[in-house]
Amino acid sequence: MSALQVELVAADRMVWRGEASFVRARSIDGDLGILPGHAPLLGVLVAGEVSFDADGTHQTVTIDSGFLSIDHDRVTIVAAQVDASGLTA
Amino acid sequence: MGAQQRIYRQKSRSVQSMKKITRAMELIATSRVTKARERVVQTTPYARAITRAVSAVATFSDVDHPLTLERENPTRAGVLIITSDRGLAGAYSANVLKRSEALRELLQDEGREVVPYLTGRKAEGYFRFRQRTFEESWTGFTDAPTYEVAKEIGERLTADFIRGAEDGGVDEIHIVYTQFINMVTQEVQVVRLLPLEVVDAEEAASEEDLFPLYEFEPNGPEVLDALLPQYVTSRIYNALLQAAASELAARQRAMKSATDNADELLKTYTRLANQARQAEITQEISEIVSGASALADAK
Repeated sequence: MSALQVELVAADRMVWRGEASFVRARSIDGDLGILPGHAPLLGVLVAGEVSFDADGTHQTVTIDSGFLSIDHDRVTIVAAQVDASGLTA
Repeated sequence: MGAQQRIYRQKSRSVQSMKKITRAMELIATSRVTKARERVVQTTPYARAITRAVSAVATFSDVDHPLTLERENPTRAGVLIITSDRGLAGAYSANVLKRSEALRELLQDEGREVVPYLTGRKAEGYFRFRQRTFEESWTGFTDAPTYEVAKEIGERLTADFIRGAEDGGVDEIHIVYTQFINMVTQEVQVVRLLPLEVVDAEEAASEEDLFPLYEFEPNGPEVLDALLPQYVTSRIYNALLQAAASELAARQRAMKSATDNADELLKTYTRLANQARQAEITQEISEIVSGASALADAK
């Protein structure tokens, strides 16, 4: 199974881009777990944590409100502000 | 040393110290403009993502959102004027203000009352000096605007727009700002911010990039509700960043020509001082000669 192409974008910069096998984010309706092959989706995110598994490591960042779009295994997470201090990769 | 010479020396000394100042300002502007341009580039992914998302929602759900709705017979128009906090940037702020005056006349001719919103102390000073009223002004950040400022402006403008003209708000909002094209060209632009015209993402032309059938979470209208204010903010943020880069580029150019002018002046004053010195020497010689010959004649 192919991997997800993830782009994590803040208002003033590109925070992270790369491949991930799993992404978790919190939308208005609750937590979203995304695996490759997910249906196209455009969702509104609330303030909270976004985490993803990339290269066998688990990464977590904190965002304020934003949104997320998924199509053809391309995941774009957009937030006004992203606290990337927990990012190691 | 004669009086004339001393005056020229004084002038050239003061020009020299001014030249040092303008040179320093030129160097500072040069180093900052690079950073400002980088910031514009770094916000592109965000702007692209948000534009794409907004046009995706607009394509798949025929929802009329208050922010996209054209109003019939608009009576009050807001104008956001983006200038700089400090001067010494050539005609940068003056150009923006001139353009906004033209826009004001145009809007008034169409029967709309103009409600100014200002950023930058230069615009504020311009309005205060003419004792004109303005709705709101934001100052103190123009050479390095932050997203928070854009958000604050965006929220205020959106709130006034939603309120509508009858309740003291506005029916449409325009932005006058300076677009950064390259280091030598910056153009004053007037764009309408609200009501929004959602332009389809340019790349949608290629097959692969056609929008898939998105599911919306929670649903189309609510996604649009959340997205549009962010879209407005991102437009304002982009305008502020472009204006900042333009301001610094304009300052760099203005300071460069000031330094060049100082060089030119220095050359002129040096020549004049030399001339004065020469004139003094010539006069002294002729005084000595005529004195000597007067003595010889008297014998």
